[in-house]
Amino acid sequence: MSDADAKPTRKPEQIRLTDHRKGLVKLERRLLLRSTLSLGALSMLAGCDLQDNDQVDKALWTMSRWNDRVQALLFRSDKLAPTYTASQITKPFPFNAFYDEFDAPDIDGAAWKLEVSGLVRDKQPWTLARLRNLPQAGQITRHICIEGWSAIGQWSGVPLKSFLQAIGADISAKYVGFKCADRYYSSLDMPTALHPQTILALDFGQEPLPTSYGYPLKVRVPTKLGFKNPKHVVAVFVTNENPGGYWEDQGYNWFSGI
Amino acid sequence: MPKKNLHHPLAIRLAHWLNAFAIGCMLMSGWAIYNASPIFGFKFPPWATLGGWLGGAIAWHFAAMWLLVLNGLFYLLYGIFSGHFRRQLLPLRARDVLNDASQALRFRLPHQAGVYNAVQKLLYWGVIALGVLVVLSGLSLWKPVQLELLSDLFGGFDFARKVHFAAMAGIAAFVAIHLLLVAIVPKTLLAMITGGTDNKQSTP
Repeated sequence: MSDADAKPTRKPEQIRLTDHRKGLVKLERRLLLRSTLSLGALSMLAGCDLQDNDQVDKALWTMSRWNDRVQALLFRSDKLAPTYTASQITKPFPFNAFYDEFDAPDIDGAAWKLEVSGLVRDKQPWTLARLRNLPQAGQITRHICIEGWSAIGQWSGVPLKSFLQAIGADISAKYVGFKCADRYYSSLDMPTALHPQTILALDFGQEPLPTSYGYPLKVRVPTKLGFKNPKHVVAVFVTNENPGGYWEDQGYNWFSGI
Repeated sequence: MPKKNLHHPLAIRLAHWLNAFAIGCMLMSGWAIYNASPIFGFKFPPWATLGGWLGGAIAWHFAAMWLLVLNGLFYLLYGIFSGHFRRQLLPLRARDVLNDASQALRFRLPHQAGVYNAVQKLLYWGVIALGVLVVLSGLSLWKPVQLELLSDLFGGFDFARKVHFAAMAGIAAFVAIHLLLVAIVPKTLLAMITGGTDNKQSTP
């Protein structure tokens, strides 16, 4: 469902393009100078995909960091994501990850622990039972994937803000990072982490999260795109260094607020 | 017969070419984003897309959007306050549109350098309106939570994708017609580069 989105299926084609990139970039600059950039020249820029380190890619990364800042300004802590009724829930709710559904990690809930580290007072790991003892909150919200599809689901669990308070987190820090059992990782800006609808989800619908949807713990953030909602979370940490993320480090915009 | 020397003032030429680049980037990266989860029964051919993969396409789209919007605002403000719109795109009467359209369809409508016929005026107003629509629907897709009212205005996230697509399709159709007409009357391309100075004759 949430993590991953978009398997970059077109990548193999890019390998051939890289052989010619320098020539293409030179040609593209000449065309730019003549200010007669045609569609043909634009398609040469198609090789600039954030995967290399040429000048155009650098400019795209710079713009993405600029967009992070603009989105942080647009974000309002008291603006709630729209909520829906139970009858509007999308069935079946789509699975999405950077792997196929049958590869989703099988996790033993009894042995599972949530590690806590970074700028926090209490670094004791959390069991599922302890998390269930914290106050719970639920929501029926729209999950919007960066690919463009959306689906309505119901999640409940511990508001991240309550959890951060419970572990004595330094909420003046900039970031909250998450590590997952499936090698996925992601991170949130602190204002989003403290948003009332950002929860450490334990349930989907009325039941504990199924394996496909991130058992035993998924971060549900209805103010972010789906890939900022990591599943199978095994560690939470608070930091002032941007922890990035699985897709973010490849080029998805880091803030990706909605 | 144009009365002044310059058909296209520098500000308009600058805005035109920046817009051409921005629209090209937005169309091609937008098609790549569409391909990640098509809403209709087809995909755009990969050679027509920009960015290489979804992350690259989105990076292009959200970089070029600044150029599109800032340049678009500059164009609109210039057009309004310099009198450019009033001189070039007004008046616009339904009767003239019908008249010019029927002449154009019979290939009897002459090109007059520096003067837009009624069909052209209508198309320019139309594409300006589509530009506003594509930006607003795009904003509602970018920020459906923070701009919830705008998102509601476009019928919610999923329907806003269709509005955004339809506005894109209208703009793409305009570009296609625009390029076709430039191909038919190539000197208009030169005029958009040089400004079209001292072109004294009007062309039958």
